[in-house]
Amino acid sequence: MVAVRLWGSLAELADGQQTVEIEAANLRQLLDGLARDYPALKPQLERGVSVSIDGKIYNDTWATPIEKNSEVVLLNRLVGG
Amino acid sequence: MSQIHVTATINGDETEFLCDPTETLLDVLRDHLDLTGSKEGCGSGDCGACSIILDGRLVCSCLVLAAEAEGRSVETIEGMAEGDKLHPLQEKFIEHAALQCGICTPGILVAAKNLLERNPNPSEEEVRYWLAGNLCRCTGYDKIIRAVMDTAAEMRGAA
Amino acid sequence: MPKDEFQARDFKIVGTRPLRPDGIDKVTGKARYGADVTAPGMLWGAVLRSPHAHARIVSIDTSAAEAMKGVKAVITRADFTYQPDDPGLADVLDNCMAGEKARYDGHAVAAVAATSKKIAHDALDAIKVEYEVLAHVTDVDEAMKPDAPVIEAGRQQENVPAGLSENVTSRSKYGHGDPEAGFSQADLVIERSFTTAATHQGYIEPHACLATLGADGQGDLWVCTQGHYMVRNTCAGLLGLDAGMLRVTASEIGGGFGGKTHVWIEPVALMLSRKAGKPVKLVMSRDEVFRATGPTASSSIDVKIGMKKDGTITGATATYRLQAGAYPGAIAFLSAMCGFAPYDLENVRTEGFEVMTNRPKAAAYRAPGAPMAAYPVESVIDELCQKLDLDPLETRLKNAADEGTKSAYGPTYPAIGLKATLKAAQSHPHWTAPLGENQGRGVACGFWFNFGGDTCVSLMVNPDGTVSLSEGNPDIGGSRASMSMMAAEELGVPLDQVRTIIADTASLGQNEVTDGSRVTFAVGLATIKAARHAIEIMKERAAMTWGIDPEAVDWHDGAAHPAGPNAGKFPPMTIKEIAAIASNTGGPIAGHHEVNAEGAGVSFATHMVDTEVDPETGAVKVLRYTVFQDAGKAVHPDYVEGQFQGGAAQGIGWAINEEYIYGEDGRLQNPGFLDYRVPVASDLPMIEPVILEIPNPGHPYGVRGVGETSIVPPLAAIANAVSRAAGVRLTSLPMSPPRVLAALKGQ
Repeated sequence: MVAVRLWGSLAELADGQQTVEIEAANLRQLLDGLARDYPALKPQLERGVSVSIDGKIYNDTWATPIEKNSEVVLLNRLVGG
Repeated sequence: MSQIHVTATINGDETEFLCDPTETLLDVLRDHLDLTGSKEGCGSGDCGACSIILDGRLVCSCLVLAAEAEGRSVETIEGMAEGDKLHPLQEKFIEHAALQCGICTPGILVAAKNLLERNPNPSEEEVRYWLAGNLCRCTGYDKIIRAVMDTAAEMRGAA
Repeated sequence: MPKDEFQARDFKIVGTRPLRPDGIDKVTGKARYGADVTAPGMLWGAVLRSPHAHARIVSIDTSAAEAMKGVKAVITRADFTYQPDDPGLADVLDNCMAGEKARYDGHAVAAVAATSKKIAHDALDAIKVEYEVLAHVTDVDEAMKPDAPVIEAGRQQENVPAGLSENVTSRSKYGHGDPEAGFSQADLVIERSFTTAATHQGYIEPHACLATLGADGQGDLWVCTQGHYMVRNTCAGLLGLDAGMLRVTASEIGGGFGGKTHVWIEPVALMLSRKAGKPVKLVMSRDEVFRATGPTASSSIDVKIGMKKDGTITGATATYRLQAGAYPGAIAFLSAMCGFAPYDLENVRTEGFEVMTNRPKAAAYRAPGAPMAAYPVESVIDELCQKLDLDPLETRLKNAADEGTKSAYGPTYPAIGLKATLKAAQSHPHWTAPLGENQGRGVACGFWFNFGGDTCVSLMVNPDGTVSLSEGNPDIGGSRASMSMMAAEELGVPLDQVRTIIADTASLGQNEVTDGSRVTFAVGLATIKAARHAIEIMKERAAMTWGIDPEAVDWHDGAAHPAGPNAGKFPPMTIKEIAAIASNTGGPIAGHHEVNAEGAGVSFATHMVDTEVDPETGAVKVLRYTVFQDAGKAVHPDYVEGQFQGGAAQGIGWAINEEYIYGEDGRLQNPGFLDYRVPVASDLPMIEPVILEIPNPGHPYGVRGVGETSIVPPLAAIANAVSRAAGVRLTSLPMSPPRVLAALKGQ
């Protein structure tokens, strides 16, 4: 299981849990698992999220590996100028 | 509406064109004569991207009617280098990295050349006030001012 | 986690300051920008725009315009028969050409293509639009009230609490710990409200394009944009075209700063071209640029920070209300993430609201959301320092985030450069220079994420051994020079042997927009990898020639070498020698790399500024400005400095002068450079750039992005300098003379 930290307004949709546990070894499994276990997060997951894994930010690459002890933090999907 | 026939000297060449009475000199340079080095950033004389020299005087070509060019001398960015020999300002702008996107560069070069012809030894403040009519959004002007000052020093040394 | 890319090395070309390869074209007027090209049989386009801030479009009568001589096509929304199913794309379409309602002053309602500019504009006058004017709202706080006129119902996300107007479309919250408990430990707590005005990116080149679209769905588009792949995908999605049938070529671009990461006129020009059966050139006026494109969000903000006497921040909260304009999509969440990002805080909470109003749809502007996030935070920290008699740099250093800090937005930082920028600021002579009467010195920190994204690069080794590099990101600030430098560095060849071009959309795979400070990082990474790919092929060719194993070949100094004495005694084969026999050894040699470059490194800056306030007029003069920023590795330091200086200058404009001013009628009152005053040469001092280089572990050379962070600290740094000079805390931007004078009189 991987501990995934949610940002504040997302945590409210996950019954107030700031950290949820998901069975995942990579980014795709993480996002699929979140949508499956926490359907209230689905609208935001569909709009897009970025994921910080051990301090680096990933957006899309499904195969990005996640270790059991990785720090995983969900973020709003980042955009730039 | 009938067109006006105009004869002007543009970058040293006698040039004839027909223009609508409402067309600006910038319109004619860009749309009729294919001299697109002068840019239209505002069309109201506020940005200086269309700067040209008209009978020795620095003007915004968007504020000059094309018909007004009759019998007059027009210098644009396209006339600044002599063949493949760049004007010292052009050289220094590249050397000092005084441009990023480059859209304001033709107007600033034309304006700076006119300044140095009038005042070969301008202070930083004089350069800044002379170029205050030429907007640059990329550079913060720092490297532009340095390039102009350095050119002035070099041209004085060569003179 | 994926392994680090960075490897320390000595550079030969990277880090030097060669002349940019596109310099001559740009100083001689030869460079071709958006409005600089024509096509045979070309028509001129023009767009009719709403004079109302909010109005239902009852009817549009185009018959008189269509009957005019020289008019070849008139279009309205009715011509856009393809309905995009994606709600984001539907918003883009509605913004490019209004459907049921005009949502802001300047909203496009019809367009014309004619044989001359003049006929096109005359035809606009002949179009009759009947409007039913609706109540409007252009202020973000007013728009949040439950009884405010609603721009569009049904767009609220599930995260918005009850009791707010439907104009509030999203809310995001970040932070950790217990700020209230933190405040109770503080010796001093300051709570203040701030506002910032909407500002425009102010690129000097208005949007321009030349479109050709046939009845068969094949088209070509020449356009000034930060991302021609984005333009292709968006236009194809709006017009129901196959993306592969639409080839988009990026012109030289006359500035963007985020404002050219969207489309406005391009789908309109394509539609006009299809209807008229001819190429159509469409160029915005400056008035149109101000009324209908950009700007950044205006904001209304509350910040509360508690501090101990020793400078330790014990608790911090911020609420950001950002104006999205006529459609959902402001970036309040980025404000909520960035505001406290420079600090190591136990108790922090931020909240961001995005609010629709009757203004043009807010566009990205250099580090979107971050400058207005840093401004109130850094202002309150400065005021706490003043009241607790603390040194503002030392206090920031005491609270500064470092490697291992849990950031205010969640993740734990890897190696970062914030402390290095603060220490550089402390030891710089600027910090201890004397100040005169009515003068003040301000400092502030800023943070930005930086981006990666989809990137393709192809590197061709030509028969003579020279190198052609194709990349897909418009070069705004000198990136072709940087790419050539990185390719030459990796290949070990002289810089003048490499030429980089920006390829059109048919020549490379998908490329993310030139945004998010991504290009030197992501395209640089792909360039290095493409060069390595070409090197592998050249090693194979040398190995084949020598009859040895490819693993027994090394590459350095632009040549293949036997790896060691056991590999055999062969003289090195240079890139030219290998290229010359390419046809004999397997054919043309090219390397390429396609990647979604994830894992960009965050970046920090500290700015220091001296200002003088004229007590008679309230005018603010910037006297001295120094930028300290972590660049990772500065590939071409001249252009890194240019990004630092340019961001600071834009921030100075935002802080002191620039502002969208709306009248009671909801119309923009200052859509021109005379009344919307960007900094001119005589407004500014030299801006001293101090480059720090803390390598980004995610890039082979350690590159971070540099383009955006530089606009984050200036608003606060200048506000702090002005507040110290004036002896009163200023909380509203811009600090224009009337505002400063009112503050001086109010003390």
